Amino acid sequence: MHEMGIAEQLVNIALDAIPEDMEHPVVEIVNLKIGRLASVVEHSLTFCFEIITKDTPLENARLKIDVVPVTVRCQSCDNTWEVTGPVFTCPFCKEGDVQMLTGREIEITSLELAE
Amino acid sequence: MEINIQKRVLEANETQADTNRMFFKDQNVFVLNLMSSPGSGKTETLCKTLVRLMPRIRVGVIVGDICTTNDADRLDVTGAKVTQINTDQFGGDCHLAAHLIFSSARQLGCEDLDLLIVENIGNLVCPAEFDIGEDARAVMLSVTEGEDKPLKYPLMFRVADVAILNKIDLLPYLDVDIRLAKDNIQQVHPHLPVFEISAKTEEGFSPWLEWLNIKVFEKTGKGL
Repeated sequence: MHEMGIAEQLVNIALDAIPEDMEHPVVEIVNLKIGRLASVVEHSLTFCFEIITKDTPLENARLKIDVVPVTVRCQSCDNTWEVTGPVFTCPFCKEGDVQMLTGREIEITSLELAE
Repeated sequence: MEINIQKRVLEANETQADTNRMFFKDQNVFVLNLMSSPGSGKTETLCKTLVRLMPRIRVGVIVGDICTTNDADRLDVTGAKVTQINTDQFGGDCHLAAHLIFSSARQLGCEDLDLLIVENIGNLVCPAEFDIGEDARAVMLSVTEGEDKPLKYPLMFRVADVAILNKIDLLPYLDVDIRLAKDNIQQVHPHLPVFEISAKTEEGFSPWLEWLNIKVFEKTGKGL
């Protein structure tokens, strides 16, 4: 639901990263890292991205998303594991709360431009 | 040709949230971000909460809605300082971003407040993603919404510092297992404090108010 805002931020960062002296830049791929727990729906993000990149160097660029798994560390027993469902109880000690290690990323990692 | 970037997409919001945090620290005000689905009882809970906290604790409220000033009008009668944000002026956003909170807090004036409550837009998804520089996040779930919502919207319950289960006065009329609702919250967020309340009858309010009192006191030295 907030993917338009995320797409706008993404486009601002990407356009800023293109060197000013580059003639007719054409971005082919935008590489992203998105955590599984981040509230981002891929097809909504792609849809918004396509709308707002018309007539920019990002027009027709593809969003290539590297999905980051949710990993956590138990604050009681230090066990680390990948969470694959909505249950964050430590499977080892069943005790403490957990610290999030990965899974909430919404990051732009690189742009791939046409030669 | 590849251009390396490595940047968080929401960095602009996070930077503003850090600015907000410094501003709220300077103003010595504790900020609570209250989030839930639409209709779970945020405004009614706040109305009852404010009446019990004031004037011992000086409270201000920023209310977010897509449209109408209905919630601000209801909160106004409590005597708290209230300001309404309508996001339709900003594209009908589904959450309150940090820059909106900053301008609203400055407009409201925080110098005479001990507690600022942000009643976020009713939505269990988007507000969880946006840091507004708050000191604590509260998620409210009404028992009429069903026991499984924490499992369906885990991020919201993961980012919360406290959960409120509201409308317990309706339990005799519902096929809802409140133990299961609480267990589901704590499966997503082990050891999260959960308060069972009725905003209508004010049952269960004392432990919730005590939690809030202690939090305000720990930051501001006010209220106890």
